[in-house]
Amino acid sequence: MAKYLLDPTGERTVIERQLLARPDRLDGLTVGLLDISKPRGDVFLNRIEERLTSLGANVKRYRKPTFTKPAPVDLRHEIATNCNVVIEALAD
Amino acid sequence: MRAKPATAAPPLPDGLVVVVKEECETCRMVAPLLATIGAAETLTVYTQDDPEFPAGVSALHDADLSLSWHHDIETVPTLIRVENGEELERTIGWLRSDWQRITGIADLGAELPVMRPGCGSLSVDPDRVDSLRARFSGGTLLSRRIEVADLDDEMELLFERGLTDGLPVVAPTEERVLRMLTGTTRSPGDVVAVVPPDLVEVTVEKIAINAVMAGCKAEYLPWVIAAIEAVCNDEFNIHGVLATTMPVGPVIVCNGPGTRAIGMNSGVNVLGQGNRANSTIGRAVQLVVRNVGGGRPGGVDRAAHGNPGKAGFCFPEDEQSSPWTSLAVSRGFDATQDTVTVFAGEGPRCIVDQLAREPEQLATSLASCLRTVHHPKLPLAFDAILVVGPEHARVFAEAGWDRDRVIWELHQRLQMPGAEIVRGAGGMAEGIPEHLSELTLAKFRPDGILLVHAGGGAGLFSAVIGGWANGETGSKPVTRLVTP
Repeated sequence: MAKYLLDPTGERTVIERQLLARPDRLDGLTVGLLDISKPRGDVFLNRIEERLTSLGANVKRYRKPTFTKPAPVDLRHEIATNCNVVIEALAD
Repeated sequence: MRAKPATAAPPLPDGLVVVVKEECETCRMVAPLLATIGAAETLTVYTQDDPEFPAGVSALHDADLSLSWHHDIETVPTLIRVENGEELERTIGWLRSDWQRITGIADLGAELPVMRPGCGSLSVDPDRVDSLRARFSGGTLLSRRIEVADLDDEMELLFERGLTDGLPVVAPTEERVLRMLTGTTRSPGDVVAVVPPDLVEVTVEKIAINAVMAGCKAEYLPWVIAAIEAVCNDEFNIHGVLATTMPVGPVIVCNGPGTRAIGMNSGVNVLGQGNRANSTIGRAVQLVVRNVGGGRPGGVDRAAHGNPGKAGFCFPEDEQSSPWTSLAVSRGFDATQDTVTVFAGEGPRCIVDQLAREPEQLATSLASCLRTVHHPKLPLAFDAILVVGPEHARVFAEAGWDRDRVIWELHQRLQMPGAEIVRGAGGMAEGIPEHLSELTLAKFRPDGILLVHAGGGAGLFSAVIGGWANGETGSKPVTRLVTP
Protein backbone atom coordinates (compact mmCIF):
# COMPACT_ATOMS: atom_id res chain seq x y z
CA MET A 1 0.00 0.00 0.00
CA ALA A 2 1.31 3.42 -0.87
CA LYS A 3 2.51 5.48 2.02
CA TYR A 4 2.02 9.20 2.27
CA LEU A 5 3.93 11.93 4.04
CA LEU A 6 2.63 15.40 4.75
CA ASP A 7 4.29 18.20 2.81
CA PRO A 8 6.24 20.43 5.25
CA THR A 9 6.63 23.29 2.78
CA GLY A 10 4.63 26.37 1.96
CA GLU A 11 3.42 24.45 -1.13
CA ARG A 12 4.55 27.12 -3.55
CA THR A 13 6.23 24.66 -5.88
CA VAL A 14 5.29 21.24 -7.20
CA ILE A 15 6.75 18.36 -5.27
CA GLU A 16 7.58 16.14 -8.23
CA ARG A 17 11.22 16.44 -9.19
CA GLN A 18 11.52 18.46 -12.36
CA LEU A 19 13.49 17.37 -15.42
CA LEU A 20 16.35 19.62 -16.37
CA ALA A 21 15.78 21.69 -19.49
CA ARG A 22 16.70 19.75 -22.65
CA PRO A 23 19.52 21.27 -24.76
CA ASP A 24 18.26 22.26 -28.19
CA ARG A 25 21.50 21.22 -29.92
CA LEU A 26 24.44 18.97 -29.12
CA ASP A 27 27.36 20.51 -30.99
CA GLY A 28 30.00 21.69 -28.58
CA LEU A 29 28.41 19.79 -25.69
CA THR A 30 29.98 16.80 -24.03
CA VAL A 31 27.86 13.69 -24.33
CA GLY A 32 28.55 10.71 -22.07
CA LEU A 33 27.72 7.27 -23.43
CA LEU A 34 27.18 4.79 -20.64
CA ASP A 35 27.60 1.15 -21.54
CA ILE A 36 25.80 -0.88 -18.90
CA SER A 37 27.85 -3.98 -19.79
CA LYS A 38 25.19 -5.90 -21.57
CA PRO A 39 26.41 -7.89 -24.57
CA ARG A 40 26.63 -5.90 -27.82
CA GLY A 41 25.71 -2.65 -26.13
CA ASP A 42 29.08 -1.43 -27.39
CA VAL A 43 27.99 -2.05 -31.02
CA PHE A 44 25.05 0.24 -30.51
CA LEU A 45 27.07 2.88 -28.69
CA ASN A 46 29.87 2.83 -31.31
CA ARG A 47 27.34 3.79 -33.93
CA ILE A 48 25.80 6.45 -31.67
CA GLU A 49 29.26 7.87 -31.08
CA GLU A 50 29.90 8.16 -34.84
CA ARG A 51 26.67 10.02 -35.35
CA LEU A 52 27.09 12.33 -32.37
CA THR A 53 30.66 13.16 -33.33
CA SER A 54 29.46 14.06 -36.81
CA LEU A 55 27.01 16.50 -35.17
CA GLY A 56 29.93 18.22 -33.41
CA ALA A 57 29.45 16.70 -29.95
CA ASN A 58 32.37 15.65 -27.79
CA VAL A 59 31.77 12.06 -26.77
CA LYS A 60 33.06 10.39 -23.62
CA ARG A 61 32.59 6.69 -23.07
CA TYR A 62 31.77 5.11 -19.70
CA ARG A 63 31.06 1.58 -18.64
CA LYS A 64 29.32 0.15 -15.59
CA PRO A 65 31.08 -2.84 -14.03
CA THR A 66 27.87 -4.87 -14.30
CA PHE A 67 24.37 -4.31 -15.60
CA THR A 68 22.96 -6.02 -12.52
CA LYS A 69 23.73 -3.19 -10.16
CA PRO A 70 23.34 0.58 -10.19
CA ALA A 71 26.30 2.56 -11.44
CA PRO A 72 28.85 3.12 -8.66
CA VAL A 73 28.66 6.55 -7.07
CA ASP A 74 32.13 7.52 -8.33
CA LEU A 75 31.12 6.77 -11.89
CA ARG A 76 27.89 8.76 -11.57
CA HIS A 77 29.83 11.63 -10.11
CA GLU A 78 32.40 11.50 -12.91
CA ILE A 79 29.71 11.54 -15.58
CA ALA A 80 27.79 14.35 -13.88
CA THR A 81 30.99 16.38 -13.54
CA ASN A 82 32.27 15.92 -17.07
CA CYS A 83 29.20 15.71 -19.28
CA ASN A 84 26.32 17.94 -20.31
CA VAL A 85 24.21 15.03 -21.53
CA VAL A 86 24.28 11.27 -20.95
CA ILE A 87 22.89 8.47 -23.08
CA GLU A 88 22.55 5.03 -21.54
CA ALA A 89 22.43 1.91 -23.67
CA LEU A 90 19.94 -0.55 -22.28
CA ALA A 91 19.67 -2.93 -25.21
CA ASP A 92 20.88 -6.50 -25.47
CA MET B 1 -3.50 13.45 -3.26
CA ARG B 2 -5.83 15.36 -1.01
CA ALA B 3 -6.83 14.27 2.43
CA LYS B 4 -9.81 12.07 2.95
CA PRO B 5 -12.72 13.89 4.57
CA ALA B 6 -13.07 13.35 8.31
CA THR B 7 -15.45 10.50 8.98
CA ALA B 8 -18.83 11.25 10.49
CA ALA B 9 -19.79 9.87 13.88
CA PRO B 10 -22.12 6.86 13.61
CA PRO B 11 -25.34 7.78 15.45
CA LEU B 12 -26.11 6.20 18.79
CA PRO B 13 -29.40 4.26 18.76
CA ASP B 14 -32.11 5.39 21.15
CA GLY B 15 -32.54 3.55 24.41
CA LEU B 16 -29.65 2.08 26.32
CA VAL B 17 -26.24 1.47 24.76
CA VAL B 18 -23.54 -0.69 26.33
CA VAL B 19 -20.00 -0.98 24.95
CA VAL B 20 -17.98 -4.00 26.08
CA LYS B 21 -15.00 -6.15 25.20
CA GLU B 22 -14.57 -9.80 25.99
CA GLU B 23 -11.06 -9.52 27.41
CA CYS B 24 -12.29 -7.18 30.18
CA GLU B 25 -13.11 -8.94 33.41
CA THR B 26 -15.62 -6.30 34.47
CA CYS B 27 -17.39 -6.67 31.12
CA ARG B 28 -17.60 -10.41 31.66
CA MET B 29 -18.98 -9.77 35.13
CA VAL B 30 -21.81 -7.53 33.88
CA ALA B 31 -22.54 -9.63 30.76
CA PRO B 32 -25.20 -11.78 32.45
CA LEU B 33 -27.14 -8.63 33.37
CA LEU B 34 -27.53 -7.52 29.75
CA ALA B 35 -30.37 -9.95 29.02
CA THR B 36 -32.26 -8.56 32.01
CA ILE B 37 -31.75 -5.00 30.80
CA GLY B 38 -32.70 -5.96 27.22
CA ALA B 39 -35.94 -7.49 28.45
CA ALA B 40 -36.89 -4.26 30.21
CA GLU B 41 -36.19 -1.82 27.38
CA THR B 42 -34.42 -1.20 24.07
CA LEU B 43 -30.79 -2.15 24.46
CA THR B 44 -27.96 -2.09 21.91
CA VAL B 45 -24.74 -3.80 22.85
CA TYR B 46 -21.49 -3.11 21.00
CA THR B 47 -18.59 -5.49 21.39
CA GLN B 48 -15.11 -4.33 20.52
CA ASP B 49 -13.21 -7.59 20.22
CA ASP B 50 -15.10 -10.91 20.16
CA PRO B 51 -18.25 -10.67 17.95
CA GLU B 52 -19.75 -13.64 19.87
CA PHE B 53 -19.53 -11.81 23.18
CA PRO B 54 -21.58 -11.48 25.32
CA ALA B 55 -23.27 -14.87 25.09
CA GLY B 56 -27.05 -14.74 24.91
CA VAL B 57 -27.17 -11.15 23.63
CA SER B 58 -27.22 -10.07 20.01
CA ALA B 59 -24.32 -7.63 19.99
CA LEU B 60 -23.08 -5.41 17.17
CA HIS B 61 -19.38 -5.75 16.43
CA ASP B 62 -17.60 -2.37 16.50
CA ALA B 63 -14.88 -3.96 14.42
CA ASP B 64 -13.26 -0.75 13.16
CA LEU B 65 -13.86 0.94 16.53
CA SER B 66 -15.60 3.76 14.69
CA LEU B 67 -18.46 4.00 17.17
CA SER B 68 -16.11 3.77 20.15
CA TRP B 69 -13.78 6.42 18.71
CA HIS B 70 -16.43 8.92 17.76
CA HIS B 71 -18.32 8.61 21.03
CA ASP B 72 -15.19 8.91 23.17
CA ILE B 73 -15.47 5.50 24.79
CA GLU B 74 -12.41 5.40 27.03
CA THR B 75 -13.45 2.63 29.41
CA VAL B 76 -15.41 -0.56 28.99
CA PRO B 77 -18.04 -1.31 30.00
CA THR B 78 -19.69 2.03 29.25
CA LEU B 79 -23.43 2.38 29.71
CA ILE B 80 -25.15 5.28 27.92
CA ARG B 81 -28.75 6.44 27.85
CA VAL B 82 -29.78 7.94 24.50
CA GLU B 83 -32.97 9.76 23.65
CA ASN B 84 -33.78 11.18 20.22
CA GLY B 85 -30.18 10.57 19.19
CA GLU B 86 -28.83 12.63 22.09
CA GLU B 87 -26.75 11.19 24.88
CA LEU B 88 -28.37 11.97 28.23
CA GLU B 89 -25.91 10.30 30.61
CA ARG B 90 -23.28 7.63 30.83
CA THR B 91 -21.39 5.64 33.41
CA ILE B 92 -18.14 3.79 33.04
CA GLY B 93 -17.00 0.55 34.63
CA TRP B 94 -19.39 -1.04 37.10
CA LEU B 95 -20.91 1.25 39.70
CA ARG B 96 -24.06 -0.52 40.87
CA SER B 97 -25.96 2.61 41.86
CA ASP B 98 -25.28 4.23 38.46
CA TRP B 99 -26.35 1.17 36.50
CA GLN B 100 -29.52 0.81 38.61
CA ARG B 101 -30.42 4.49 38.15
CA ILE B 102 -29.70 4.67 34.41
CA THR B 103 -31.50 1.40 33.61
CA GLY B 104 -34.31 2.07 36.06
CA ILE B 105 -33.97 -1.51 37.38
CA ALA B 106 -33.83 -1.12 41.15
CA ASP B 107 -32.24 -4.47 42.03
CA LEU B 108 -29.95 -4.77 39.02
CA GLY B 109 -26.77 -6.66 39.90
CA ALA B 110 -27.69 -6.83 43.58
CA GLU B 111 -25.43 -9.85 43.91
CA LEU B 112 -22.44 -8.02 42.39
CA PRO B 113 -19.95 -5.85 44.25
CA VAL B 114 -20.82 -2.20 44.75
CA MET B 115 -18.26 -1.14 42.21
CA ARG B 116 -15.53 -2.51 40.01
CA PRO B 117 -13.42 -0.38 37.67
CA GLY B 118 -13.61 -1.09 33.97
CA CYS B 119 -10.81 -1.64 31.48
CA GLY B 120 -9.34 0.59 28.79
CA SER B 121 -11.36 0.78 25.61
CA LEU B 122 -9.62 -0.66 22.54
CA SER B 123 -10.15 2.72 20.90
CA VAL B 124 -7.65 4.32 23.31
CA ASP B 125 -5.18 1.41 23.22
CA PRO B 126 -1.74 3.02 22.80
CA ASP B 127 -0.94 0.57 19.99
CA ARG B 128 -4.02 1.59 18.03
CA VAL B 129 -4.77 5.19 18.92
CA ASP B 130 -2.45 6.84 16.38
CA SER B 131 -3.80 4.92 13.43
CA LEU B 132 -7.40 5.40 14.62
CA ARG B 133 -6.80 9.13 14.94
CA ALA B 134 -5.40 9.19 11.42
CA ARG B 135 -8.30 7.13 10.07
CA PHE B 136 -11.04 9.11 11.74
CA SER B 137 -9.49 12.60 11.97
CA GLY B 138 -6.86 12.59 9.22
CA GLY B 139 -9.17 14.45 6.92
CA THR B 140 -8.80 17.51 9.11
CA LEU B 141 -5.24 17.94 7.83
CA LEU B 142 -5.03 20.00 4.70
CA SER B 143 -1.39 19.67 3.71
CA ARG B 144 -0.52 18.19 0.36
CA ARG B 145 0.38 14.50 0.53
CA ILE B 146 3.70 13.28 -0.81
CA GLU B 147 3.44 9.72 -2.05
CA VAL B 148 6.25 7.42 -1.05
CA ALA B 149 6.52 4.72 -3.69
CA ASP B 150 7.18 1.16 -2.57
CA LEU B 151 10.78 1.33 -3.73
CA ASP B 152 11.39 4.79 -2.25
CA ASP B 153 13.29 5.23 0.98
CA GLU B 154 11.29 7.91 2.78
CA MET B 155 14.44 9.38 4.33
CA GLU B 156 16.24 9.66 1.00
CA LEU B 157 13.11 11.17 -0.54
CA LEU B 158 13.07 13.93 2.07
CA PHE B 159 16.78 14.61 1.59
CA GLU B 160 16.50 14.67 -2.19
CA ARG B 161 13.69 17.18 -2.12
CA GLY B 162 15.65 19.54 0.03
CA LEU B 163 13.29 19.24 3.01
CA THR B 164 15.91 18.59 5.69
CA ASP B 165 18.67 20.62 7.26
CA GLY B 166 21.24 18.03 6.23
CA LEU B 167 20.50 15.75 9.16
CA PRO B 168 18.00 12.90 9.10
CA VAL B 169 14.43 13.83 9.98
CA VAL B 170 11.48 11.87 11.30
CA ALA B 171 9.10 11.14 8.41
CA PRO B 172 5.97 13.28 8.87
CA THR B 173 3.21 10.70 8.52
CA GLU B 174 -0.40 11.58 9.19
CA GLU B 175 -0.29 9.50 12.40
CA ARG B 176 2.73 11.36 13.76
CA VAL B 177 1.44 14.80 12.81
CA LEU B 178 -1.93 14.15 14.44
CA ARG B 179 -0.15 12.96 17.58
CA MET B 180 1.98 16.13 17.53
CA LEU B 181 -1.18 18.22 17.27
CA THR B 182 -2.46 16.77 20.55
CA GLY B 183 0.19 19.00 22.15
CA THR B 184 -1.79 22.16 21.47
CA THR B 185 -5.38 23.25 21.88
CA ARG B 186 -5.06 25.36 18.75
CA SER B 187 -6.79 24.28 15.58
CA PRO B 188 -4.54 22.86 12.84
CA GLY B 189 -5.79 25.53 10.47
CA ASP B 190 -4.91 28.51 12.68
CA VAL B 191 -2.47 30.84 10.96
CA VAL B 192 0.40 31.52 13.37
CA ALA B 193 2.58 33.87 11.36
CA VAL B 194 3.76 34.92 7.94
CA VAL B 195 7.19 33.39 7.42
CA PRO B 196 9.94 35.26 5.56
CA PRO B 197 11.59 35.27 3.14
CA ASP B 198 8.80 33.94 0.91
CA LEU B 199 6.14 35.50 3.17
CA VAL B 200 4.06 32.35 3.39
CA GLU B 201 1.33 31.98 6.00
CA VAL B 202 2.21 29.16 8.37
CA THR B 203 -0.53 27.19 10.11
CA VAL B 204 -0.36 25.17 13.29
CA GLU B 205 -0.49 22.09 11.05
CA LYS B 206 2.60 23.08 9.06
CA ILE B 207 4.49 23.82 12.27
CA ALA B 208 3.44 20.42 13.61
CA ILE B 209 4.75 18.70 10.46
CA ASN B 210 8.13 20.37 10.83
CA ALA B 211 8.15 19.67 14.57
CA VAL B 212 7.66 15.96 13.82
CA MET B 213 10.56 16.12 11.37
CA ALA B 214 12.76 17.86 13.96
CA GLY B 215 12.09 15.10 16.49
CA CYS B 216 9.87 17.07 18.89
CA LYS B 217 7.43 15.49 21.32
CA ALA B 218 3.88 16.78 21.32
CA GLU B 219 4.39 18.73 24.52
CA TYR B 220 7.10 20.82 22.87
CA LEU B 221 4.75 22.08 20.16
CA PRO B 222 3.46 25.15 22.05
CA TRP B 223 7.09 26.24 22.49
CA VAL B 224 7.80 25.89 18.79
CA ILE B 225 4.64 27.82 17.94
CA ALA B 226 5.58 30.64 20.33
CA ALA B 227 9.10 30.80 18.91
CA ILE B 228 7.74 31.04 15.36
CA GLU B 229 5.50 33.92 16.48
CA ALA B 230 8.54 35.54 18.07
CA VAL B 231 10.84 35.37 15.04
CA CYS B 232 8.32 36.19 12.30
CA ASN B 233 7.81 39.90 12.83
CA ASP B 234 9.51 43.19 11.95
CA GLU B 235 11.15 43.52 15.35
CA PHE B 236 13.07 40.26 15.25
CA ASN B 237 13.42 40.46 11.47
CA ILE B 238 14.15 36.86 10.57
CA HIS B 239 14.49 37.92 6.95
CA GLY B 240 17.49 40.06 7.82
CA VAL B 241 18.86 37.44 10.21
CA LEU B 242 18.79 34.98 7.32
CA ALA B 243 20.11 37.29 4.66
CA THR B 244 23.03 38.71 6.61
CA THR B 245 26.53 37.48 5.83
CA MET B 246 27.12 37.40 9.60
CA PRO B 247 26.92 34.00 11.34
CA VAL B 248 23.73 34.49 13.39
CA GLY B 249 20.50 32.55 13.75
CA PRO B 250 17.61 32.54 16.18
CA VAL B 251 18.79 31.70 19.70
CA ILE B 252 15.77 30.74 21.81
CA VAL B 253 15.88 31.24 25.58
CA CYS B 254 13.01 29.50 27.39
CA ASN B 255 11.65 30.61 30.76
CA GLY B 256 8.95 29.43 33.12
CA PRO B 257 7.90 26.29 34.95
CA GLY B 258 6.98 24.63 31.65
CA THR B 259 10.67 24.30 30.80
CA ARG B 260 10.96 21.82 33.64
CA ALA B 261 7.65 20.14 32.82
CA ILE B 262 8.87 19.24 29.33
CA GLY B 263 12.24 18.14 30.65
CA MET B 264 14.53 20.84 29.27
CA ASN B 265 18.10 20.92 30.50
CA SER B 266 19.33 24.14 32.11
CA GLY B 267 22.31 22.54 33.84
CA VAL B 268 25.32 20.48 32.78
CA ASN B 269 26.05 21.00 29.05
CA VAL B 270 23.11 23.41 28.77
CA LEU B 271 24.28 24.82 25.44
CA GLY B 272 25.34 21.43 24.11
CA GLN B 273 23.78 18.26 22.82
CA GLY B 274 21.94 15.48 24.57
CA ASN B 275 18.56 16.86 25.67
CA ARG B 276 15.70 16.23 23.32
CA ALA B 277 13.69 19.37 24.07
CA ASN B 278 16.71 21.68 23.90
CA SER B 279 17.85 20.08 20.66
CA THR B 280 14.60 19.78 18.76
CA ILE B 281 12.61 22.94 19.56
CA GLY B 282 15.20 25.19 17.93
CA ARG B 283 15.60 22.74 15.07
CA ALA B 284 11.86 22.76 14.41
CA VAL B 285 11.90 26.55 14.20
CA GLN B 286 14.73 26.43 11.66
CA LEU B 287 12.93 23.76 9.61
CA VAL B 288 9.82 25.97 9.46
CA VAL B 289 11.94 28.89 8.27
CA ARG B 290 13.57 26.62 5.69
CA ASN B 291 10.59 24.66 4.45
CA VAL B 292 7.69 27.08 4.83
CA GLY B 293 9.55 30.38 4.53
CA GLY B 294 11.99 29.17 1.90
CA GLY B 295 15.05 30.46 3.78
CA ARG B 296 17.85 28.18 2.68
CA PRO B 297 21.64 28.48 2.88
CA GLY B 298 22.93 29.75 -0.42
CA GLY B 299 19.48 31.12 -1.22
CA VAL B 300 18.35 34.00 0.98
CA ASP B 301 20.62 32.72 3.77
CA ARG B 302 23.92 34.33 2.79
CA ALA B 303 25.99 33.71 5.95
CA ALA B 304 29.72 33.71 5.24
CA HIS B 305 30.34 31.13 7.92
CA GLY B 306 27.14 30.48 9.82
CA ASN B 307 27.47 28.59 13.08
CA PRO B 308 26.53 25.13 14.32
CA GLY B 309 23.66 26.66 16.32
CA LYS B 310 21.85 27.38 13.09
CA ALA B 311 20.76 23.74 13.13
CA GLY B 312 18.79 24.81 16.20
CA PHE B 313 19.83 26.71 19.31
CA CYS B 314 17.45 26.62 22.26
CA PHE B 315 17.99 26.41 25.99
CA PRO B 316 16.17 27.23 29.23
CA GLU B 317 17.31 29.52 32.00
CA ASP B 318 18.14 27.80 35.29
CA GLU B 319 15.64 29.70 37.40
CA GLN B 320 15.47 27.45 40.43
CA SER B 321 19.04 27.93 41.58
CA SER B 322 19.42 31.42 40.19
CA PRO B 323 20.15 34.25 42.61
CA TRP B 324 18.36 36.59 40.23
CA THR B 325 14.99 37.20 38.70
CA SER B 326 14.77 35.57 35.30
CA LEU B 327 15.37 37.06 31.88
CA ALA B 328 11.62 36.86 31.18
CA VAL B 329 10.77 38.74 34.39
CA SER B 330 13.29 41.43 33.46
CA ARG B 331 11.40 41.75 30.19
CA GLY B 332 8.04 42.32 31.88
CA PHE B 333 6.66 38.81 32.25
CA ASP B 334 5.62 36.92 35.35
CA ALA B 335 7.77 34.14 36.79
CA THR B 336 4.82 31.75 36.56
CA GLN B 337 4.43 32.30 32.83
CA ASP B 338 6.10 30.25 30.13
CA THR B 339 7.91 32.36 27.56
CA VAL B 340 10.41 32.21 24.76
CA THR B 341 12.84 35.03 24.09
CA VAL B 342 14.44 34.97 20.67
CA PHE B 343 17.80 36.59 20.00
CA ALA B 344 19.73 36.81 16.76
CA GLY B 345 22.96 35.25 17.95
CA GLU B 346 26.11 33.47 16.96
CA GLY B 347 27.61 30.45 18.69
CA PRO B 348 28.57 30.66 22.37
CA ARG B 349 32.10 31.38 23.55
CA CYS B 350 33.48 30.54 26.96
CA ILE B 351 34.69 33.16 29.45
CA VAL B 352 37.13 31.77 31.99
CA ASP B 353 37.88 33.41 35.32
CA GLN B 354 38.77 30.91 38.00
CA LEU B 355 40.43 33.34 40.37
CA ALA B 356 37.99 36.21 40.92
CA ARG B 357 36.35 36.01 44.35
CA GLU B 358 35.24 39.64 44.47
CA PRO B 359 32.34 40.76 42.27
CA GLU B 360 34.28 43.77 40.99
CA GLN B 361 37.07 41.52 39.71
CA LEU B 362 34.65 39.17 38.03
CA ALA B 363 32.65 41.99 36.46
CA THR B 364 35.85 43.38 35.02
CA SER B 365 36.79 39.99 33.55
CA LEU B 366 33.37 39.47 32.03
CA ALA B 367 33.32 43.01 30.66
CA SER B 368 36.70 42.71 29.01
CA CYS B 369 35.57 39.55 27.22
CA LEU B 370 32.21 41.09 26.30
CA ARG B 371 34.14 43.95 24.77
CA THR B 372 35.51 41.59 22.13
CA VAL B 373 32.07 40.69 20.74
CA HIS B 374 32.62 40.80 16.98
CA HIS B 375 35.50 43.28 17.42
CA PRO B 376 36.95 44.98 20.50
CA LYS B 377 36.86 48.37 18.76
CA LEU B 378 33.22 48.33 17.63
CA PRO B 379 30.73 50.08 19.99
CA LEU B 380 26.94 49.97 20.20
CA ALA B 381 26.40 47.86 17.12
CA PHE B 382 25.64 44.48 18.69
CA ASP B 383 23.78 43.06 21.68
CA ALA B 384 24.90 39.98 23.57
CA ILE B 385 23.51 37.25 25.79
CA LEU B 386 25.72 36.65 28.81
CA VAL B 387 25.10 33.15 30.15
CA VAL B 388 26.43 33.29 33.70
CA GLY B 389 27.36 29.92 35.12
CA PRO B 390 26.29 29.04 38.68
CA GLU B 391 29.80 29.35 40.09
CA HIS B 392 30.23 32.83 38.67
CA ALA B 393 26.71 33.81 39.74
CA ARG B 394 27.57 32.79 43.30
CA VAL B 395 30.36 35.36 43.45
CA PHE B 396 27.83 38.09 42.65
CA ALA B 397 25.12 36.62 44.87
CA GLU B 398 27.39 36.48 47.92
CA ALA B 399 28.11 40.17 47.45
CA GLY B 400 24.39 40.92 47.15
CA TRP B 401 24.54 42.04 43.54
CA ASP B 402 21.16 41.62 41.88
CA ARG B 403 20.55 41.37 38.13
CA ASP B 404 20.36 45.13 37.61
CA ARG B 405 23.51 45.71 39.61
CA VAL B 406 25.50 43.16 37.60
CA ILE B 407 24.37 44.67 34.32
CA TRP B 408 25.05 48.19 35.55
CA GLU B 409 28.55 47.24 36.69
CA LEU B 410 29.25 45.62 33.34
CA HIS B 411 28.14 48.74 31.47
CA GLN B 412 30.42 50.86 33.66
CA ARG B 413 33.36 48.74 32.51
CA LEU B 414 32.33 48.82 28.87
CA GLN B 415 32.69 52.55 28.24
CA MET B 416 35.33 52.88 25.54
CA PRO B 417 37.35 56.08 25.04
CA GLY B 418 37.20 57.14 21.41
CA ALA B 419 40.96 57.37 21.19
CA GLU B 420 41.23 53.63 21.88
CA ILE B 421 38.70 52.58 19.29
CA VAL B 422 39.22 55.10 16.50
CA ARG B 423 40.17 53.68 13.12
CA GLY B 424 43.87 52.89 13.08
CA ALA B 425 44.30 52.82 16.86
CA GLY B 426 46.22 49.78 18.11
CA GLY B 427 47.38 49.02 14.61
CA MET B 428 43.85 47.97 13.56
CA ALA B 429 42.06 49.65 10.69
CA GLU B 430 38.66 48.68 12.10
CA GLY B 431 37.08 51.19 14.47
CA ILE B 432 34.98 54.32 14.73
CA PRO B 433 35.35 57.30 12.35
CA GLU B 434 37.82 60.00 13.30
CA HIS B 435 35.14 62.60 14.08
CA LEU B 436 33.88 60.46 16.98
CA SER B 437 37.29 60.01 18.55
CA GLU B 438 36.70 62.63 21.27
CA LEU B 439 33.67 60.75 22.59
CA THR B 440 33.44 57.90 25.04
CA LEU B 441 31.20 55.23 23.57
CA ALA B 442 29.43 52.29 25.18
CA LYS B 443 30.06 48.79 23.88
CA PHE B 444 26.39 47.95 24.37
CA ARG B 445 23.19 49.94 24.27
CA PRO B 446 21.49 50.16 27.71
CA ASP B 447 19.34 47.06 27.21
CA GLY B 448 21.91 45.32 25.05
CA ILE B 449 23.15 42.81 27.63
CA LEU B 450 20.75 39.93 28.22
CA LEU B 451 21.71 38.16 31.42
CA VAL B 452 20.78 34.47 31.70
CA HIS B 453 21.66 32.07 34.53
CA ALA B 454 22.43 28.57 33.27
CA GLY B 455 25.04 25.83 33.19
CA GLY B 456 26.52 23.04 35.26
CA GLY B 457 27.29 23.48 38.92
CA ALA B 458 31.05 23.02 38.55
CA GLY B 459 33.24 25.40 36.54
CA LEU B 460 34.06 29.04 37.10
CA PHE B 461 32.94 29.92 33.59
CA SER B 462 30.34 31.92 31.76
CA ALA B 463 29.49 32.12 28.08
CA VAL B 464 28.83 34.98 25.73
CA ILE B 465 26.59 34.79 22.67
CA GLY B 466 27.26 37.71 20.37
CA GLY B 467 24.38 39.28 18.49
CA TRP B 468 23.77 40.85 15.13
CA ALA B 469 23.10 44.45 14.10
CA ASN B 470 20.71 45.64 16.77
CA GLY B 471 17.81 48.06 16.83
CA GLU B 472 15.54 49.25 14.04
CA THR B 473 17.83 48.31 11.18
CA GLY B 474 18.71 44.90 12.56
CA SER B 475 17.07 42.64 15.08
CA LYS B 476 15.61 43.20 18.53
CA PRO B 477 15.15 40.42 21.05
CA VAL B 478 11.48 39.45 21.21
CA THR B 479 9.66 37.63 24.02
CA ARG B 480 6.37 35.80 23.52
CA LEU B 481 4.11 33.83 25.83
CA VAL B 482 3.87 30.09 25.37
CA THR B 483 0.20 29.15 25.46
CA PRO B 484 -1.33 25.68 25.46
